[in-house]
Amino acid sequence: MPGDLGLAISFYLLAAITLVSALMVVSLRNIFHAGLFLVLTFVGVAGLYLTLNAAFIAAVQVLVYGGAIAVLMLFAIFLTRNAMTQGNLPGRFRFPAMAMASIIFVVFGYVFLMTRWAPGSAGQVYIAPDQVSGVLLTEFVFPFEMASVLLLAAMIGAIVLARTPAEEETKA
Amino acid sequence: MIYPALNHYMLVSAALFAVGLYGVLSRRNAVGVLMSIELLLNSVNIALVAMSRYLGQNGAASGQVFAIFVITVAAGEASVALALLIAVYRSHGGVDVESVNSLQG
Repeated sequence: MPGDLGLAISFYLLAAITLVSALMVVSLRNIFHAGLFLVLTFVGVAGLYLTLNAAFIAAVQVLVYGGAIAVLMLFAIFLTRNAMTQGNLPGRFRFPAMAMASIIFVVFGYVFLMTRWAPGSAGQVYIAPDQVSGVLLTEFVFPFEMASVLLLAAMIGAIVLARTPAEEETKA
Repeated sequence: MIYPALNHYMLVSAALFAVGLYGVLSRRNAVGVLMSIELLLNSVNIALVAMSRYLGQNGAASGQVFAIFVITVAAGEASVALALLIAVYRSHGGVDVESVNSLQG
């Protein structure tokens, strides 16, 4: 089936792009370059969502991660500027961290490969974007409203935390 | 057998999680730690959407809705974390996580 073959090829390509750029994110010394690879990782994950027929999530991923969060990260890099010239010195926990991550990967991979997934795993479900919004605004309407309260709290919290002390004095 | 199967997506998710965990534990720059946390959240989202696709009943969009909530929380977390980083940068003159130890006994 040519459709399945194309899907498989694009999946492996996107998975390779995502994982390689994720490795770059955690290993590059220059934090600015790591931030650029982070954007590539987000776009790769959005492509993976497209191979899963989750078009709405893919669009949200590009908008929120590829747009907003990536810009926030680059802002963070530039606002904490001397960290950029200093680069990313190797931490003390480098080898324990590598061991820990390898153990997690091996355990998760073993569990995922050994699990007998539910019988439905042979078939695939297509979920249209309007179904997502329908469920979001009926069954999950309370969490949906809570999410907006959470975003408001995060916004106010961010403003309070980032406010300069000088502004406080001029106001008082 | 349909390729790529659910296992493939779960393995990608596990690999991305491991990479992100390594980043969180080994980065000294706090911005790098923040970026690695975003990788962790993304890996969980891949698992959620893949399971929704392969295991969900027809019309059950819960997995994708959960992914949307994770993205929402990640956005809030990133904004607060950026504000915290700026506050730390102002008080410590840098964002090296090993130099921020004022609370250490």
